[in-house]
Amino acid sequence: MNSLVQTAAPDRVKNGWNRPEEAPFLRIEGVEKRFGGFAAVDGVSLDIYRKELFCLLGGSGCGKTTLLRILAGFEQPTAGRIYLDGSDMTDVPPYERPINMMFQSYALFPHMSVESNVAFGLKQEGLPRKEIARRVADALELVQLGPLAKRRPHQLSGGQRQRVALARCLVKRPKLLLLDEPLAALDKKLREHTQFELMNIQEEVGITFIVVTHDQEEAMSLSTRIAVMDRGQIVQVGTPTEIYEYPETRFTANFIGSINFFDGRIARVEGENLTVAVPQLGRDLLVRSKKELSPGTEVCVAIRPEKIAISRQPLDLPNGVKGKVRDLGYLGSVSVYRVELENGCLIKVTAANTLHSAEREVDWDDEVYLGWRATSALVLTE
Amino acid sequence: MSAPAVKAPYGRLRRLPFWISGRGAVAGIPYLWLLLFFLLPFGIVLKISVAEPIIAQPPFTPLFGPDGSLQATLDNYRFLLEDSLYLIAYLNSLKLAGISTLLCLLIGYPMAYGITRAPRATRNILLLLVILPFWTSFLLRVYAWMGILRNNGLINNLLMSLGVIEQPIQMMNTDFAIYLGITYSYLPFMILPLYAALERLSPDLVEAAQDLGCRPWKAFVTITLPLSLPGIIAGCLLVFIPAVGEFVIPSLLGGPDSLMIGRVLWDEFFGNRDWPVASAVAIALLLVLVVPIMLFQRMNLRQARS
Repeated sequence: MNSLVQTAAPDRVKNGWNRPEEAPFLRIEGVEKRFGGFAAVDGVSLDIYRKELFCLLGGSGCGKTTLLRILAGFEQPTAGRIYLDGSDMTDVPPYERPINMMFQSYALFPHMSVESNVAFGLKQEGLPRKEIARRVADALELVQLGPLAKRRPHQLSGGQRQRVALARCLVKRPKLLLLDEPLAALDKKLREHTQFELMNIQEEVGITFIVVTHDQEEAMSLSTRIAVMDRGQIVQVGTPTEIYEYPETRFTANFIGSINFFDGRIARVEGENLTVAVPQLGRDLLVRSKKELSPGTEVCVAIRPEKIAISRQPLDLPNGVKGKVRDLGYLGSVSVYRVELENGCLIKVTAANTLHSAEREVDWDDEVYLGWRATSALVLTE
Repeated sequence: MSAPAVKAPYGRLRRLPFWISGRGAVAGIPYLWLLLFFLLPFGIVLKISVAEPIIAQPPFTPLFGPDGSLQATLDNYRFLLEDSLYLIAYLNSLKLAGISTLLCLLIGYPMAYGITRAPRATRNILLLLVILPFWTSFLLRVYAWMGILRNNGLINNLLMSLGVIEQPIQMMNTDFAIYLGITYSYLPFMILPLYAALERLSPDLVEAAQDLGCRPWKAFVTITLPLSLPGIIAGCLLVFIPAVGEFVIPSLLGGPDSLMIGRVLWDEFFGNRDWPVASAVAIALLLVLVVPIMLFQRMNLRQARS
């Protein structure tokens, strides 16, 4: 039996944030990090629960890596506290934290074999030789690198190096594992494969993971929850579905996937049904929203490209516009259309290619009708 | 108009012998230089070292006698072994150079480490400061030390005027002055290769070691130090080799009893005008230095292979 794998059946329901009785495993309280006058991390508070695979998502320079380094102990926060499993970690040096970090560069020790790299952390704990050997073997087996134990890092491929780095962290049985852009150095095909492997391993060992990434697809497919960061602050926290379907701000909506925005003003409110006057389109849009909004408020109507129907025939939908196909990007499974309205406004639409390309319905320069339901669009106020 | 010349096929250009091609020339010219200015003089010195001294111009017997027979003798080398003066001078040179190299390493390593950790803009200034002494003549700088170390020099005058000492401390003409002079003069040769080695080292590695439970000092010993070993070796060789044969510093700063091989060499050539023995001293010095270099080379190779 692999000593790193949990003996109890892995808990597949990792939704601690939905259970009020569960205490957060990692609590970040008002953490701030200033470099001179610049706030790299600006008042971040987060609760992360046991066994989560939590993603910090944001563009470069948004402070996600700094936050990760604060958690690892490499940076001292200017303000705020960090609690892990009930104990205050803020002033604990990195070598005493039950937290391990997998570096973006993997940071494997080039002068040591794979085996010694993995054993390194256990040697620091002063464990008996036999125990170290057993745990190293288990860790290497977990990442399927047993046969390469004697190799040096430079003799390994990128994917293998990534697995050594992972094994080197897991073997320490940390309470929390931090991963800085774990898949960034791999090519696309390998990335997809490794992504699922990472999720499986996380489930097997039952360790809480925090992943930093700039890749929204990666964040969506990996994580239990995502925190979107911008300019040192957390913009929104939620499950991948929540983040994608119900973004709270223009920034989040735009950062995750692509989206069309129409600025307008609320004309009428009837319960949950809103009518928004959009001068850009020269017509009113019907949107359904649970937000409490009053007529006259400046809002932004946002709609995802795949939620817009495109057809050469008029559509029977509450919201519709007419335009001409300006650009057509054929991506295989889907096609991306850029439709220009009569007033020059461009709308992005994606449609699944259910038919064979020879019988493609909509083509360049076709006159098309676009339409969507009232529930498909969102109303954003920020 | 004449018919166009038959063009050589394109591939011909690439099949030029290595030594005539451009690449060959780039590698060849420095070798030619070495051949002319190192190997040739070395051959001449080697030739003189097996000759016998005579009172003539030049002051040694030719390699081939008037009858064309080879006149080579190992008497000069035998003499080096018989007279303990030479052995003592060699050992003393090795000791002085060895300790100076160690001092350079002990001072240079923290400096090089500090420079790599400085912000990028400061780093260039710090490196410039390391190289700055080269802008003044080496000889001038050693003379400057004489002014500082003399009995009525800067240090003694200062200490006496402050009332710390009543008698000047004898610093000139001691081994201390030689250590100081060599360490000062050769420090940049230690710092630069160390800096190059440390600069290539990713800070991630040290952080990873700490993350895995190493205290900072242990992380330094287990990660930084072994990974900077090539820089340490290069720096030590660059300091040790010229320091063994150093002539200017011991003769200007050292005392009469601090015997170094460079001075013995000078005395044999210019004092005794015994060119053959002087040449033998030079060849022996070369052998003394080549052996450790080859050992280092082999160690390096073995490391690179494993």
